Amino acid sequence: MTDTVSGVAFLALSFATIGGAVMMLATRNVVHAAFWLLEVMLATAGIYLLLSAEFLALVQVLVYAGSVAVLLLFTIMLTLRRREDAVRDFEPGWGSVVIVALFGGSLLFAIQRFGAQMRPGTMPETVPDVAAFGETLFTQWAVPFEIASLVLLVALVGAVWWSGGDGS
Amino acid sequence: MSVFAISALKVAAALGLMLANGVIMIYMLRKVLGHLHIRLGPMHVGWKGTLQTVMDVLKLLTKEDITPRAVDRWLFRLAPAVVFVPSLMAYAALPFSDTWRVTDLDTGLLYTFTALSLVPIGILMAGWASANKWSLLGGMRAAAQQIAYEVPLLLSVLPIVMLVGSTNLGTIVEAQQGTLLGVVPRWFIMNPLFWPTFLIFVVAALVETNQTPFDLSEGESEIVAGFATEYSAMKFGLLFLSEFSNQFIVSALGVTLFFGGWTLPWLPHSWYAAVPILGPAIFITKTYLGIFIMMWIRGTFPRVRIDQVMQLGWQRLIPVSLVWIVFSGIVIKVWS
Repeated sequence: MTDTVSGVAFLALSFATIGGAVMMLATRNVVHAAFWLLEVMLATAGIYLLLSAEFLALVQVLVYAGSVAVLLLFTIMLTLRRREDAVRDFEPGWGSVVIVALFGGSLLFAIQRFGAQMRPGTMPETVPDVAAFGETLFTQWAVPFEIASLVLLVALVGAVWWSGGDGS
Repeated sequence: MSVFAISALKVAAALGLMLANGVIMIYMLRKVLGHLHIRLGPMHVGWKGTLQTVMDVLKLLTKEDITPRAVDRWLFRLAPAVVFVPSLMAYAALPFSDTWRVTDLDTGLLYTFTALSLVPIGILMAGWASANKWSLLGGMRAAAQQIAYEVPLLLSVLPIVMLVGSTNLGTIVEAQQGTLLGVVPRWFIMNPLFWPTFLIFVVAALVETNQTPFDLSEGESEIVAGFATEYSAMKFGLLFLSEFSNQFIVSALGVTLFFGGWTLPWLPHSWYAAVPILGPAIFITKTYLGIFIMMWIRGTFPRVRIDQVMQLGWQRLIPVSLVWIVFSGIVIKVWS
């Protein structure tokens, strides 16, 4: 029975993720697009939850939905001079066509080339708790973790420098 | 009973508690503010005005639901739900006693913060959809405040997580049982290491829940009623309800983290098992004491300016809480 339930939940969440992404691209209103992006992020968190990755799901909601999306909306609303500016016309250029073709091509190639090597993983019997997760992260994966935080720090300093700071 | 029926009942119970909290807290707010202003508050409907908020709910339910012509229809309708649902979600991890809780989450603390962090999205949505500059200003203020204070709120409680070694709210409560010298409870608030933690938590929590003196997103002297300006009837009711509910959740979180949750150290442990209602009763009493203090603050302090709030968050609270994490990490390591 649980298989059926998670199957239904998975279908619903996948539909929400992909449908949300399509809607984000299809809508002509930037504010609506940002809200659709938010919906995609929440649905992704739901898929993580289905995989029993509770911590990842919570961090996904907290960081991406709770902060990144809010920041995005905030920026959009701050930079819109007039409310009507939120609605943009559909203006496809040759550049976007090239990018779409390149992306689609490389995706197809990757699936054809490496798809056979990918095996569906098996779920472990028990899910380790957060304490075990933290221990693994900060012992086995300590160096990658520190590198990631260094990259973020560089981005942060760069952003402050870019925005001018106190003008000096 | 099947798993679904039990889950549905639990959600219904949380919803019931949320609605009851709304009705009781609004009455309480009027009475507390009334007496702080040296007046009586509601007196006419029911004994000492006790039925006033029940009648207000009926009024909100039967009022005309106005949708202004210029609003963004979908977002305008969706926003109250987006504000309401996370607020209801946040009840799930609160431990009312060792058996009374919706779910026993290993990541309870993080879960509650996550749920609370979603509320400003709905406020921003309401502000934008209303097509009103006061609403938009209110929504943007809420978002700016929330981004600024989410970080110190999360960072401030990390010393407690480090000491307990768990983010399960139930485990955090269990770590605070017993007494020092037979009288002083071993609550975390009694530990000097957590005094700065508590201060940062209180300030950040007040900002996160848009409580006075940080209720800039609905500052009526500047921006009418902020994000709620264009809302009427039960849509307004939902926005209002979740605000009170968030206040309850933050207070309950404070009780759980710093004041021993559903336990009183002087009672023998067997009492909680003998009287199952005892734990929840203690928990709710403590939470309402916290709410009373928040209302007291509301009736006492004037509203601060938005630039002051931003400066306090980014330039003071975040560095202070980071330094305090390092410091308490060293202390906990050396001590144990």
